[in-house]
This record gives sequence, structure tokens and C-alpha cells, in this order.
Amino acid sequence: MDKVQRMTREHGVVIFSKSTCCLCYAVSILFQDLGVIPYVYEIDHDPQGKEVENALMRMGCNNALLPLVFIGGKLVGSTNEVMSLHLKGSLIQLIKPYMSV
Amino acid sequence: MNSSTYTQFVASKRMGICDPIQQIGMWGDFKGSSFPDTLILEVENCLESEMPIMEKRLDNETEEPSHVTVGRSNIYEPETSKRIDKMNRRLAQNREAARKSRLRKKAYVQQLENSKLKLLQLEQELERARQQGLYVGGGLDTSQIGCSGTANSEIATFEMEYGHWVEEQDRQTDDLKSALNSQIGEIEMRILVEGCLNHYFDLFRLKATAANTDVLYLMSGTWKASAERFFLWIGGFRPSELLKVLTPHVEPLTEQQVQEVCNLTQSCQQAEDALSQGLVKLHQILAEAVAAGTLGDGIILPQMTATIEKLEALVRFVNQADHLRQETLLQMSCILSVQQSAQGLLALGDYFKRLRSLSSLWSSRTSEPA
Repeated sequence: MDKVQRMTREHGVVIFSKSTCCLCYAVSILFQDLGVIPYVYEIDHDPQGKEVENALMRMGCNNALLPLVFIGGKLVGSTNEVMSLHLKGSLIQLIKPYMSV
Repeated sequence: MNSSTYTQFVASKRMGICDPIQQIGMWGDFKGSSFPDTLILEVENCLESEMPIMEKRLDNETEEPSHVTVGRSNIYEPETSKRIDKMNRRLAQNREAARKSRLRKKAYVQQLENSKLKLLQLEQELERARQQGLYVGGGLDTSQIGCSGTANSEIATFEMEYGHWVEEQDRQTDDLKSALNSQIGEIEMRILVEGCLNHYFDLFRLKATAANTDVLYLMSGTWKASAERFFLWIGGFRPSELLKVLTPHVEPLTEQQVQEVCNLTQSCQQAEDALSQGLVKLHQILAEAVAAGTLGDGIILPQMTATIEKLEALVRFVNQADHLRQETLLQMSCILSVQQSAQGLLALGDYFKRLRSLSSLWSSRTSEPA
């Protein structure tokens, strides 16, 4: 829980992912195309990955729905939510503070 | 039906019990006599089950034709040697005939199986042609395609439901056209527009079920018309392309609307690109999985099974692409007025209709003799 909170506060855009998950990769590409470099945490590459997974589940996130995206410390959701927000034009507003020049 | 030859009455080589000479003596005088059907059947059964024929016959026989000489007594008569030769030849011929008969039966069954497959394929093609607007004498009930396995029947169901979906869409497109020409009230128009949008959402629901059954089938687009397949992107239409198709037909747009449509198109393209790139990565992963180990070693089942699990990641991609299509349509309906939405949906409906017509024309063109 601490680790999750720490990560989501330290970085503007955090994507909880698995290295084998191609949809997670797609979402990180989207953010990059929009001018943000997301902090991608690969759950399967960290020995503490299982704890992070559990923490995420306790936060009410269904782990089957990786990628999980946090912007500005707040949970945005999975791919569906990110896509919907982007089509509405809201995603750009959310990531503006974290865009690299 | 009595056989006048004893071609079917063949001595099995697998007979261990009887002395061959004894056997000859038993059958020697059967030439020309009529055989009961049961005898022939029994023989064929024995051939199938590889049972010694002689043994079986001896067990079942309750009476013997009076002219049969059983026993060894006539074996040692001098003229028997010629008859033994003749007998040997005939037995050999019988064996050969039986063998050929078995082969013919096998070939016939194989032919039947092939015809059954062909029939299945033809029925499916017929259904597809019907969907594409080609009239093909409606008597055939293509919904009862003889499917083996649940997956096949679910896919057949999907194809049938998609056919109905297309018919309904054409009806709705016609309704939109009449509505736009007849200046109906806004509330009625809104109901019509929502109905059309929901119809698209129905399609995405149908596809979600089909994706869980056979995502490769869905991705292949064989369920769509051939021209539509040319434009295929992750199992369906590319949403940004659709926006480009319908935008010119939703005049007049306010400046704000122009900007919003522009933003929507751009966001859509960005989302599509991201998904496409994700798919490229999936290609790489799958290619590596298939090529793992030493190519040339053949197929290793555990590897294949693991690869299938990776393939299932495709389901999420198709679902995501459909979600993008749905959201694009929804967003467009938010930006546009009810009237404009109706115009846009009419344009879309007609566009797909034309693509299907193009496909039919193409089929008839390519099937014409040169």
C-alpha cells in the first residue's frame, strides 16, 4: 500500500503493468505520443510485485484489468477509462502538468 | 439374394485351428451352391473382426448340406490334387476380391466424409452470399448448418445473427432517410437516432461473444463482405476513417463543432495508433513463441499450448477496438445535434451498404467466364 502510494505520488503518470501484457504496452505508447513519459511499473519484474498486486486489489482495483493508470496520485482506471477520457478530450487536461517539453 | 459364387466365402489366413487340407475337404463341393445371406454377412463380420472364419462357422452350423463331405477320407484320393490346385487359386482370388471390396468400402466412406465437408462449406458460402445481397433461392435453411462442436455452432449462430443485424441496419438506414426527408419532430428523431446507435452497440456485444469463442475467426473478417475486409482494422472498421466519411454529410457545423470533430478525429487516431503498436508487440511475442526451440524439430505440444494462451490476449484487443468504435460514435452524437446525428448515421449506413454492394459486384465479376 505504501509502495503504491509512494510511486503514485512521486510520478505524475504511473502505469501498473506486466511486461507480457501488450495492452499495457499500448497504453504506455499512447501517453508517450501525447508527450508524457509514464512511470511504468512491471509487476512481474519486481520481487515485491505480488505485494503491490495485493495492495492494488485492496484499493478496489480488479487485477485482471491491467494496465492500471494513476494520474496525479489518483486512480484513473484501466484501458477503457483512459480511451474514453482521451476521446472526450479530458485526458490531455489531466496530463498537462506532467508533459515533458 | 443368394450368391452363386463363393467369392465372399474366403478362408482367413489367421485360422489357426483347422488343418488347411481338412478345410479344403469341407468346402470342396460347395461350388455352384447357393449361400444364405447370413453366411456372407458372417464372413464379412469375420473379416472385419479378424476372427477365424472356419471356427465361427463350425460353431454356428446346425445342419450341413448333404453333399458336403466332411472329414479326411476323400483327401487322399488321387484326383483331389487337381482340385486342390483349383481350390487354392479360387481361395486366392476370393481373398483378393474381399480385399478389394474392403478398399472400395473405405474409399466410399472417405468420399462421403469429404462430401459432407464440402456441403458444409457450400452452405456457409450461401449464407454469406445472402448477407451480401445476392439472392440465392431462399428455401435453404442455412441456420441448421451441420456443425460439429459447440464452437462451430456458436460461430454459425454469430454469422446468422450478423446477417439479421445487417438486414436491420439497412431498414434503419431507410427509416433515417425517410425521416430526414419528411421533417419529423425532434423527439421522434432523437428516438430514431438512439435506436440506430444502440443497434451499433448490439453489434459490439455480438462480437464480444464471438471473440470469446474464436477471436482468430473474428479477426479474419470472413464474416464481413469482401470489400469491407479490405478496410479491416482489429476485427472491424477503423473509427477515424468513419469520422472522415460522415463529417462532410453533417453540414452545417458551427465553428466549435468543427474544432470538436477535429479533436475527436485526432484523439481517435492516436488511440488507434497505440492499439496498433500494442498489436505489433503481440505479433513479436507470438512469432517468438512459435519459433522457440529448434525449428526443424517439429511440433512440441507444451509449447503450442503456451502459445495458445498468448493468442488469447487478442480477445482484449478486439474488445478494446470495439470499445473505441463505441466511444467514437457516442462522442460524435454528443458533439452533433440530433438532426446532424441522423444525417451522420444515414451517411454511415449508406456507406456500408455500398461496400456490401461492391463486394457482391466483385464476386459476380470474378465468377464470370473470361
